[in-house]
Parts: sequence; C-alpha cells; structure tokens
Amino acid sequence: MHIVVCVKQVPDTKIIKINPKTNTLDRRSAPAILNPFDAHAVQEAVKIKKRIGGTVSVLSMGPPQAVAIIKNSIEIGADRGYLISDRAFAGADTLATSYALSKALEKIQEEMPIDMVICGKHAIDGDTGQVGPGIARRLDIPPVTNVIEVTEVNHKEKKVLIKRKQINGYEVIEAQLPCLLTVEKEVNEIEYAPMPNMIKAARYEPTVWSVNDLNDVDKAQLGLKGSPTVVGKMFTPPKPEGGKRLEGTSDEQVRELVTLLAEKKNLFNFDVNNS
Amino acid sequence: MEEYSGVWVFIEVDEEKNIEGVSLELLGAGRALADKLNVPLAGVLLGDNIRGLANQVIYSGADTVYVVDHPVLNLYRTEAFMKAVILLAEKYKPEIFLYGATPNGKDLASAIATDLSTGLTADTTMLDIDLEKRLLEASRPAFGGNIMATILCKKHRPQMATVRPKVMKALQPDDSRLGKIIEEELELREEDMRTKVLEIVKDVTKKANLADAHVIVAGGKGLGDQQGFQLIHELAETIGASVGGTRDVIEAGWLPHELQIGQTGETVTPKIYFAIGISGAIQHVVGMKNSEIIIAINKNPEAAIFDVATYGIVGDAHEIVPKLIQQFKGISKGDLSYV
Repeated sequence: MHIVVCVKQVPDTKIIKINPKTNTLDRRSAPAILNPFDAHAVQEAVKIKKRIGGTVSVLSMGPPQAVAIIKNSIEIGADRGYLISDRAFAGADTLATSYALSKALEKIQEEMPIDMVICGKHAIDGDTGQVGPGIARRLDIPPVTNVIEVTEVNHKEKKVLIKRKQINGYEVIEAQLPCLLTVEKEVNEIEYAPMPNMIKAARYEPTVWSVNDLNDVDKAQLGLKGSPTVVGKMFTPPKPEGGKRLEGTSDEQVRELVTLLAEKKNLFNFDVNNS
Repeated sequence: MEEYSGVWVFIEVDEEKNIEGVSLELLGAGRALADKLNVPLAGVLLGDNIRGLANQVIYSGADTVYVVDHPVLNLYRTEAFMKAVILLAEKYKPEIFLYGATPNGKDLASAIATDLSTGLTADTTMLDIDLEKRLLEASRPAFGGNIMATILCKKHRPQMATVRPKVMKALQPDDSRLGKIIEEELELREEDMRTKVLEIVKDVTKKANLADAHVIVAGGKGLGDQQGFQLIHELAETIGASVGGTRDVIEAGWLPHELQIGQTGETVTPKIYFAIGISGAIQHVVGMKNSEIIIAINKNPEAAIFDVATYGIVGDAHEIVPKLIQQFKGISKGDLSYV
C-alpha cells in the first residue's frame, strides 16, 4: 500500500498580521507551519500503514524552506518526502497548483504505484479546499472529500470504506482504490512523535525536483501564468453603523440589556427562561 | 469568450428530494446578477426522479432549468454529477456558474473547474458585476482573518464561485413565474462508477442544533482559558441557548470542531446572538452577522464586534456575564417568556 500525502507550508493564521496600510499579509509576522489539516492527513496515512503495512510518502510544493514541513511529516511517521520547488510554480492559484502536484504525483507513481492520495480538507491560509478534488480529477481517480473516518482499507480487493461529513450528518462511502481523500480534523488525533522518528526527521533530506525534473509539463499551465483567477482588490468591508452602546455601571448595563430583550419579546417565539 | 452567456446555479437536492436552502439563496443572488447583465438565469437540476422540482426552481427566480434525470444520479457522487454538468456547460456555455459552498457543491465545482480549465473562487460571501467588463466580482474573507479579497477570472469562462450558505437572500417563490425546462439525456452506467454511497446517517447532535438555534451564546479567546469559557456554558444553560465559538477557541480545544462559527465553520442566523470576548474578525463575523439581534460584550471598546452589534457592553466578560446570568435567573417567567 503506497499512500502519498500532499502537504502545504502555511503562515500560522492565528498569529499573522495584516499591514493596514497596504492591506497585504505581513508574512514575517507569523511562523511557517505544517498546515494543521495536512498534519491529520499524514497521521491518517501513518495509521493505515500501521494497520496494513506499506509506504507513506509526502509531497509539497513551495520554496526551499518548505523542507521543514516534510521533516515534520517524517516525525509523524512518513517514510519519504518530495518537494517540488521552482520559480515557475510561484503565484499559482488552485488550478495551477493541482496541475503541478499532479505532475509530481505522476513522477512518484513511476517510482512506486500509488494506491491512495490524502490531502487536508483545506489550507488555513487559502481556505479553499479546491486543490484536492482538482488533483483527483487530473489523475482521474475518485475523490472523497470531508472524510471524518477511514473505517476500513482492503488493499487486496482495492476497496476502502469511508465516512464523509455531510451538511447534517455523514454518509458511508465505498470507494475503489486508487482514490483521493481530503480529511477533516475529526479523522484522528495527532500522536506524539516517537524519538526514532524525530532523529530520522532531523537527518532527513527529501527529494527536491525543479520543473525540468517533471515529465511532459506544459509550462503555460504553471504558476501565475497558469492561474485563471487573480485578486482584483483587497478591502476592509464597509463598517456597519454599529448599534447602541449601553452606558452606566456594569449592573445598570446588564439590567438595561435584559429589559431591552424583554421589550423585543414579540420578535421571538422561544422561551428564554426555561430553567 | 463572447459565446458564453447567462448565469447558472447548481441546484443541490438532498436525499429526500428537497432543494437545499443555499440553492434557493443562489437563485436569488443569481437573479440580481443576471438582471444586471441582462441575461437569463438558469438552474441545473440533477438527480433521479427530480423533474418535478423544476417548477420550484423557476418560481424561485430561474428562467430556464436544465434537467438530467437518471437513476445513477440518485445520490451525489462526483464522477456521475461531473459528467452531467460538463455535458451541459459545454453545450450551453454559461458565463457565470454558482454553487453552494456545501461539501457536495465544493467538491463538484472543483472537479468542473479543473475539467473546464477555468477559475473558481471558494466560499464567496459577496457577489457583484463589473458591468463595463462583464466580470463577476466574487469576494471572500482572506487570510483566515480580517480582510476581504475580490477574486476575478478575466480570461476564462465560465466564471465560477462557491457561495456560503445563509449569506444571500432567496426570493419569495412566485408560482406565476414562467420558464423553460430543458431535459438532456446522458448515458451513465452504474458499473462504471468507482464510488458507492452505502448509507446516509443524519446527525441529531449539537451541530444541527447550532444551525437551527434561536439563541446562541458564542465565546472567543477573550474568555482567557477553558475555565473562563465555562461562563459561556452557564449563560447558555440559563437561557436555554446553544453554545458556539470562534476559530481560536476551537483550535485551542475549548470546544469541539462542529461548534465553530465563521467562514470555516457554521453560518448561523439566530434571533439572538451573544458574542462574548470575541474581537470580531471578519472570518467570524461572516458566520453570524445576519443574526437578528447581536449582543457584544468585550472589554476593548475598539473591538470590531461592536460595529455589527445591536447592543454593546464594554466590560470584562468575567464581571458582566455572571451578572447577566443572575438577572436572567431573577426574572419571572412571565416577564421574559418570548412565547
């Protein structure tokens, strides 16, 4: 069983600041981390490997510093890492990203056939969730998005049983291998990295490919050039008026609020005091 | 590109053959875009035995409904739905194509955009048209935070976007509206499908409650720590409300994932929304700003949450909330029974 996990290095959006003058991201203000959803994707691949055996590879596209998240993935238990890094990839939107990653996956496939690709549900810097299903389309394998449980993997019969999150609940899906999954955080708990993995990760050097190392690449589909979407403008939305600021001591404010809510009671059809 | 014309909405149907709310909302939003461009609005309706829903799509704003009715389309699967949508899009060439930002809508739109080599904007919360250039302006909160980005797709058609549920407004259905229903045939075979939906399990837990809740008490990082967050639970229990939290709160592990409100969580529209210790980052605000009454409690008078609040109290949640609980408890049922 060969599982490839696609991982992305992202700025920690909990910390990142926006430059209010230019409306751009101040990338220096935040540390670069392994996208949290991707960490769960790596963990799930490692879980499957522990259950039925196999190899877990991770693949990333990014600048040379993105080696750091491949090392993070090795700590979690991945066996191999690949980084595609080239100026030609820069500025890619989701369409150009899925193209570059699918070309790299084709190359990995030459080394060892791929049974499953796992991605995080989305990256916390873009929040799109479009790259995973895009890769599945390009490789012509079925996608199963929003996975909350990988119930069973049967490598012999080339089948996998999955729970997929839906609007109100979940569905149980049987998919043929090879397939692509995108995982929610609920899919597993990240385990502490065992010491041997950490030692391995510290020494690990991933395979790094430039665009010329990949086969049959149409460069017009890469990077900024290959991206149909552009950011037109960035703006802070017009501020609404804001409502009534309550005044007085905290006791007075609380009393006024409760009175105001009581006055509005005709608006509502619920029982606020159900104690 | 000139050959592409018209605005399309993907109509999502649940397993009980009801049209999802977000699709009706998109017909409302799509109607406005189509009128601005002076082109027709169409719905794309796929499923097994769903022809009967076509009129509802017209009553909700569409001029045309494209229908593919086939047993293999019974429940959503990317490969089957994708084939049907690509067939229609290549034949009729819409200039704009909108999908609900639901699990199925996002999955389908991503596959279609890849196949048609066109641009797709995710989780849009504002839609407009640049009439001069006939461009769709799809805006969304960016960088997980405090700013909106308008995404354009200048040179490829259709221009596609997924749109957050409960952000756009559906039209009042009008059963005197007339429209065209065009049914297409498509050869699909079950044995070619590589995925099967074996079972659908409806969730009756907290998340469903959150989306339907009349009153929500939501807390943010301003509560300090998990213990401070207990105040949120206490207030919610006192007034019979559901509990929600910001992205930070969920990432800190104070609440389970399904209780996240905002761009990457749930969008909610309760009658009353308490935002306590929440600064009001855009990514949170887009998930709750359509609540009827918003009450903000925050010690920072400059906090952005006050901009969307109906009533604001500047103060420390740890001081205000216990008093609020006491007040609510002290009120006799008759005085504050909103029945």
